[in-house]
Amino acid sequence: MGMTITEKILRDHTDLKEIHPGMLINAKVDVALGNDITAPIAIEEFRKAGGDRVFDTSRVILVPDHFTPNKDIDSAMQCKVLRDFAREQDLKHCFEVGTVGIEHALLPEQGLVLPGDLVIGADSHTCTYGALGAFATGVGSTDLAAAMLTGEAWFKVPETMKVVLHGSLKRWVSGKDLILYIIGRIGVDGARYKAMEFTGEVVARLGMADRLTMANMVIEAGAKNGIFVPDEITKTYVQGRATRNWQLYDSDPDAVYGSTLEIDVSGIEPQIAFPHLPSNTRGVSEAGDIRIDQVVIGSCTNGRIEDLRIAAGILKGRKAAPYVRLIVIPATPQVYRMALREGLIEIFLDAGAAVSTPTCGPCLGGHMGVLAKGERAVSTTNRNFVGRMGHKESEVYLASPAVAAASAVLARIAGPDALEAS
Amino acid sequence: MKFRGNVWKFGDNIDTDAIIPARCLTTSDPEALACHCMEDIDSEFTNKIGRGDIIVAGENFGCGSSREHAPIAIKAAGIACVVAKSFARIFYRNAFNMGLPIFESADLWDRVSEGQQIEVDGDSGGVVIIGADTPPLVIEPIPPFMQGLLRDGGLMRHIALKRRT
Ligand code: SF4
Repeated sequence: MGMTITEKILRDHTDLKEIHPGMLINAKVDVALGNDITAPIAIEEFRKAGGDRVFDTSRVILVPDHFTPNKDIDSAMQCKVLRDFAREQDLKHCFEVGTVGIEHALLPEQGLVLPGDLVIGADSHTCTYGALGAFATGVGSTDLAAAMLTGEAWFKVPETMKVVLHGSLKRWVSGKDLILYIIGRIGVDGARYKAMEFTGEVVARLGMADRLTMANMVIEAGAKNGIFVPDEITKTYVQGRATRNWQLYDSDPDAVYGSTLEIDVSGIEPQIAFPHLPSNTRGVSEAGDIRIDQVVIGSCTNGRIEDLRIAAGILKGRKAAPYVRLIVIPATPQVYRMALREGLIEIFLDAGAAVSTPTCGPCLGGHMGVLAKGERAVSTTNRNFVGRMGHKESEVYLASPAVAAASAVLARIAGPDALEAS
Repeated sequence: MKFRGNVWKFGDNIDTDAIIPARCLTTSDPEALACHCMEDIDSEFTNKIGRGDIIVAGENFGCGSSREHAPIAIKAAGIACVVAKSFARIFYRNAFNMGLPIFESADLWDRVSEGQQIEVDGDSGGVVIIGADTPPLVIEPIPPFMQGLLRDGGLMRHIALKRRT
């Protein structure tokens, strides 16, 4: 019987000859990831279980990105736990302010996660790496602790939902709009426990940045992992970054899928997810007149150089409207540097933006752009739950970098077309 | 594994930011987290509940982030177990890894009212609403592997025990 790419990767990380959806398995992990929120608990659990040495010093990766540069004493204490542990264990990859970026942008960029890998991360957006043709999923701190100790994790083998995208994309429609549209169609639990495998002629033309954005948000549909079968685009991305071997998997033609979702993308316009669920989506033309106070461009979803180029293209020669706070956060130092060289940072500054060092910051209402009661933000991040960016009576509207940039100029939710027409 | 307590009801898609807001995540101390449990939905929640009470929720309970702070906060607030129509997957594994018992029941939510007392029997796979004349409702059996995790008090104790043998 044929197998999906997800099933093959999982199988090859066990001693089993065959696996099928629903089976509980123990699998070897290639990379185990933690951040400044989740790793302190994992480290404590690791010690409590009598942990002495991590299973592999180059495969346990710590990224303090959420409340960094430390926003207060508590967060400083959490980061210190990571730093002390990294030193003690001689971890090869523990990042520090100055080299740190948002984990899910940083790891692919640095070639630390690769096609065919099995990656767990104590962060729900670990699913991002499925864009590379890896099996990657978010787990809790305790799972991370167990993996740091044993190099293994338990999984229930998911069934796969195949998402086939046909047609051609309208102008300004990006990976962000596609994934928001899909979540809007199937709901925040539409792919619960499942693998989402993206395929079809639209996918074949999507660049790596768009694929990363889409895989990033499959958790918002409840999925265990999102995955793209690797192709030439993947290889081009990975070559020159990887420092270890990698393996390309694909799905068999007779692989068994739990369900298939066929979508013609041709009619889709840029999407907005209204508060307070990522599935609460509409086309930008149906947004109505919604005034905004803040725009955030960044995060593991849309803080890559491709995203900043799109935003800068729209903001060039324009300004954020009075009383709209525009915050731009390159996701990694490398993205920051590229944006600087390409003149994008200057465009943002001219537009009146605050440009921050890489951090999760406002995405989770941590710091660097927290909302007051009653305020509204358009954000390129991935969640708009109640209180996600600050006060519980504030609102977050999720959108692409193009829509976010146009909205900043017009002080209301709007796409680039509306901006050009204004 | 049996639990008897008062029911607190929540709807569908209760996310981890609702269970424990991200702004509270600068600590992982269970007692500190417990004080903020569910506060953005109901700021009085932790004052109202009693030790051993039970949360009954709709679909997709615990969606959102991977924060273990969510089951930790619920457990430390004194909630004995959670019965939902379904759970988000990371919350599901975190709950077992932390030793917080959770059960799936398709019918309980529609039958029970807030404040009623229920008895959840994890061994026989049934829930009884005390004082109501409905027959016991079925809950999904917990797979043996997860039962082992709960019995050992969570994943790490399970691993520590295995390493010793
Ligand atoms: S940018 Fe936001 S979603 Fe991404 S890892 Fe940071 S907090 Fe999580």
